Amino acid sequence: MLLESLYSILPDLNKAFFETLYMVAISLGVSLIVGLPLGVILFVTDRGLLFENVWIKQTAGILVNLIRSVPFIILLVALLPLTQLITGTTIGPTAASVSLSVAAIPFFARLVETSLREIDKGVIEAAVAVGATPWMIIREVLLPEAKPGIVQAITVTAISLLGYSAMAGIVGGGGIGDFAIRFGYYRYDNTIMFTTVVLLIVIVQLMQVIGDGVARAVNKR
Amino acid sequence: MIEVRDVTKIYSAKGKDIVGVKNVSLKIEKGEIFGIVGYSGAGKSSLLRCLNLLEKPTSGEILIDGVSITKLSKKELREERLKIGMIFQHFYLISAKTVYENIAFALKAAGKKKDEINHKTLELLKMVGLENQKDQYPAQLSGGQKQRVGIARALANDPKVLLCDEATSALDPNTTKAILSLLQSINKELGITIVLITHEMEVVKEICHRMAVMQDGEIIETGDVYNLFAHPEKELTKSFISSVIQMNLPEPLLKGRKGVVIKIHFKGAIAEEAVVSELFQNFKVKGNILHGKIEYIQETPLGIFIMELIGEETEVKRAMDYIKDRIENLEVVKHVA
Ligand SMILES: Nc1ncnc2c1ncn2[C@@H]1O[C@H](COP(=O)(O)OP(=O)(O)OP(=O)(O)O)[C@@H](O)[C@H]1O
Ligand SMILES: [Mg+2]
Repeated sequence: MLLESLYSILPDLNKAFFETLYMVAISLGVSLIVGLPLGVILFVTDRGLLFENVWIKQTAGILVNLIRSVPFIILLVALLPLTQLITGTTIGPTAASVSLSVAAIPFFARLVETSLREIDKGVIEAAVAVGATPWMIIREVLLPEAKPGIVQAITVTAISLLGYSAMAGIVGGGGIGDFAIRFGYYRYDNTIMFTTVVLLIVIVQLMQVIGDGVARAVNKR
Repeated sequence: MIEVRDVTKIYSAKGKDIVGVKNVSLKIEKGEIFGIVGYSGAGKSSLLRCLNLLEKPTSGEILIDGVSITKLSKKELREERLKIGMIFQHFYLISAKTVYENIAFALKAAGKKKDEINHKTLELLKMVGLENQKDQYPAQLSGGQKQRVGIARALANDPKVLLCDEATSALDPNTTKAILSLLQSINKELGITIVLITHEMEVVKEICHRMAVMQDGEIIETGDVYNLFAHPEKELTKSFISSVIQMNLPEPLLKGRKGVVIKIHFKGAIAEEAVVSELFQNFKVKGNILHGKIEYIQETPLGIFIMELIGEETEVKRAMDYIKDRIENLEVVKHVA
């Protein structure tokens, strides 16, 4: 009975699974590309650092906090016009990736900033004393030193995105969350509910294990 | 070569002004090892960090080889820093880079070509004795080895000056000795001027030519290390010196002495000790040696000799005159009845 009903949902589940993967991958990619430099900017423009600049620091900081303080579900709706503009639609995983990216960028940027802050100031100073350019210090000191922290930040961001992507399902984003709600919740199908939850747990665990493994491997401290 | 002109550094933290360095003027000559001592918070690091502008002086000027570094542009300052190496108490190596990469980093900063970087890095590794550790990460090294990497990195671009901020304070005595002798040979063989700060007088005694004593941001005494050890003027200097050389007679020994107790300072040639034996041959006095100690400030001996002269008053006086006349380097410091 159980197996049978599982078997019947398999094609849909499979589709939902890959939709989720797709959303998380795109928005994770975008948040890395934009969030990493943003995190570095937040750090290096701070007082007493390479590019000390109160104005940039404040502007970037406020912007980041602003986005982060808006609940995701509201952001999702508020960004519909932007989504339409970028993807030409407001439905489907590609459309959902827009608001997911917008939410993840400041989140990831703050995590990057935090891991940069953990670097001993002396190490940065030693590089300054050696006569290295700020650009060289960012590339060869800051990023390598913060690498374990950044890997951990990627893991945390990916896991959060997985959660948010389920929410994106509500506005027709597709993916596992959408699937669970449509089949499991609205149709009171406990098997589907249960299966999707287990699947999500497995994915999260997997992400965590891989993330921790990579972080450990790049940590030379 | 390094000239510090009336430099003051004031930090403002939480609306309060904290004086780091106060009106310091100083000249450090080419090729010397110059030590700056002082207790914690005296402003040693602040002063040293002004020398490569890690800290920008609030006022005053710093000249290196006649160039006022306080007036350089950012780019010029970066180029100047290639010529000023610096090492730190806590090493500050890049933990994500191997020993080799840490040293190569400094050469890259100077815009060197790949071949040249490789060649020079290997040469530096050899100089500091870490050829076998080149692919290890800092976390796998001992403190002494980490400092050697720090030294190699600091010397990568053939600097004129090496600044050392408590370079041996985190190391055990044996490792300290080894690092100090490495610094000494760098000074001798490469002719690099070394400025080092420390709160350990032992370090100054071991390798410095000249020194300055700092207190509350000011330099209160400065001079040739040997002369300062022999004739310290300020109380603080004396207390620093007594931390490595105990020259005073233990109190209990002074009690119940009937004769005249004299204290003789030996400076330089140890052969002058012969005067003491001549003393006993030429005068009718008996000597009672209470205390004697010879310390070597680098190669030169500095010693004291405390003895009690027993005999007739006139004879004792003649004996003392004899000492005073004979050798300038021997002085009678104290008469105790
Ligand atoms: N970045 C800073 N901000 C505020 N105050 C500072 C700063 N750096 C140093 N000071 C203050 O300046 C004074 C001198 O400090 P400095 O570090 O130069 O002393 P030091 O002689 O090197 O001491 P130590 O032996 O402990 O290293 C101290 O009172 C210290 O609190
Ligand atoms: Mg200090």
